[in-house]
Amino acid sequence: METTRFALVDCNSFYVSCERVFRPELNGRPVVVLSNNDGCVIARSNEAKALDIKMGTPYFQMKELAKQERVEVFSSNYELYGDMSRRVANTLAQFTPNLEIYSIDECFMDLSHLKPEEVAEYGKQIKKTVERWTGIPVSVGVACTKTLAKVANRLAKKRVGADGVLVLESKQETEEALRQTEVGDVWGIGRQHARRLQQLDVHTAWDLQKLPEGWVKKHMAVTGLRTLLELRGKPCQELEIEAPARKNICTSRSFGRPLTQLTDIEEALSTHTVRCATKLRKQGSCASSLTVFLMTNRFAVTEHNFCNSRTKQLASPTSNELELLRHAISLLRVMFRAGKRYVKVGIILNDLVPASEVQLDLFSHQNDEKQTKLMHTLDTLRQRFGHHSLKYAVQGAIDESNRHKEEQQKAPWMLRKDHISSCYTTAVEELLVIRK
Amino acid sequence: MEAKIIQMEPSPKVVQLSEVAADCMLLFASAVRAGFPSPATDYEAEPIDLNAYLTQNPTSTFLARVEGDSMIGAHIEPGDLVVIDRSVKHTSGRIVMAFIAGEFTIKRFMLKPDGAYLVPENPKYESIKVSEPDMGRIWGVVVGVVKKV
Repeated sequence: METTRFALVDCNSFYVSCERVFRPELNGRPVVVLSNNDGCVIARSNEAKALDIKMGTPYFQMKELAKQERVEVFSSNYELYGDMSRRVANTLAQFTPNLEIYSIDECFMDLSHLKPEEVAEYGKQIKKTVERWTGIPVSVGVACTKTLAKVANRLAKKRVGADGVLVLESKQETEEALRQTEVGDVWGIGRQHARRLQQLDVHTAWDLQKLPEGWVKKHMAVTGLRTLLELRGKPCQELEIEAPARKNICTSRSFGRPLTQLTDIEEALSTHTVRCATKLRKQGSCASSLTVFLMTNRFAVTEHNFCNSRTKQLASPTSNELELLRHAISLLRVMFRAGKRYVKVGIILNDLVPASEVQLDLFSHQNDEKQTKLMHTLDTLRQRFGHHSLKYAVQGAIDESNRHKEEQQKAPWMLRKDHISSCYTTAVEELLVIRK
Repeated sequence: MEAKIIQMEPSPKVVQLSEVAADCMLLFASAVRAGFPSPATDYEAEPIDLNAYLTQNPTSTFLARVEGDSMIGAHIEPGDLVVIDRSVKHTSGRIVMAFIAGEFTIKRFMLKPDGAYLVPENPKYESIKVSEPDMGRIWGVVVGVVKKV
């Protein structure tokens, strides 16, 4: 069945909103959320935007301003955001089972079954229900293609009187919306294309959809053409209700501070590898090769830049973390040079294939069934008792689960999370406390 | 007695067992064993799910830990966990979690002719009259209490 009417539901300043659900006193106040390791601003409340704090601003550059203006600063708490995201998506699933979870804070929905006159009311109902059930404010944009739904959603947030819901049903409504949308704000138009289009006097989405198909296809490739047709109201992208299995999986983190010791980096890499292998098994895949990369501080001028990576082709695809760990550690040891200050290590599992289609290699899989059972047992135990309940010796002895206990000694590679909030919805010892 | 010829029905189509064997297997809920079958297989049920008992709507349900003693009369005591469902309507008489004057609190919500009240169930504390909407808001309705004894 083809979808003829798409809704895009987008959570407003999602990370900030998640924090505010459990800290209502922060409503109306400037709030920002920092990236992993407390590096840069990755989410801002409207009040923080009004203070001219830009996306990507390094935290150290805005520390002074934050103090002056009493900006509330949070480290990113993906455990909380992930659970709240799941709740939003589950709430939306009450309205239609045909739902695409596009990102942590956006879902496309199929509203083809509605009569035109019902759509606006339905949109309001969606918005109200999500806000009431989860506490997360959302905007809803509805139109006949995904790209137009994106346009509608953007205007639903900005346009006075729209109240967070905008439906583009008629030709006039759509034209007006396209005239109000800058070409660089169209979904799928990158910064480079936007600059080029503006030089050609194409400033708005309305100008863009008037361009000839041939020209767009030549200069902006097939994706550009798809955008053009979608702006004209011809759907080129269907809902992806089941997320396609990913082709590669990466886990990497910056260290809390630069590291010089191989053992510290090994601890970090093995922990990332276990996480990565868990993700791999969860989506039912096996990896055919793995890449390990290692970086020194690229901002330090005094040191020689050093970013190295090594790839290992596996004899046959696997999801066995024992095997992956063994290879990852040996790749790291080949790359490691003493006397350098390293800031980041990571692992990428490549060329993923479905676990069910793996060709068995006669030599390396003698104990295949046993290993699969072992991995399954590990997954079950970790799911029940937490990811830190079972570790390999190479991961080190420090327990990263007690991140809120201040007396807890931290492994040197662990992330800086100086402003982290509680995991209010996923950890019983971190629940909201009612004192009165 | 005169013999009569009885017309036979045409013989039924012969079905190759191997073709449908896979479908037939679905009929068995448990592994086939020689011996007395378990009489319980017909009555299989899921174990009791406390989540389902405590809330109608897990998506909108949150837990919070109680430290205060203002609702002792309603058997909500320090150390308990309260189950809060945000999708339930806060009608008069229900226990709610509210955010009032910068703090979370649990009280009984009462609509009276002269306004809305948050009423404690402990004589040590006074009722709070919610006179203006800016004072705070109701976060969710308490639908259960989890105690460990």
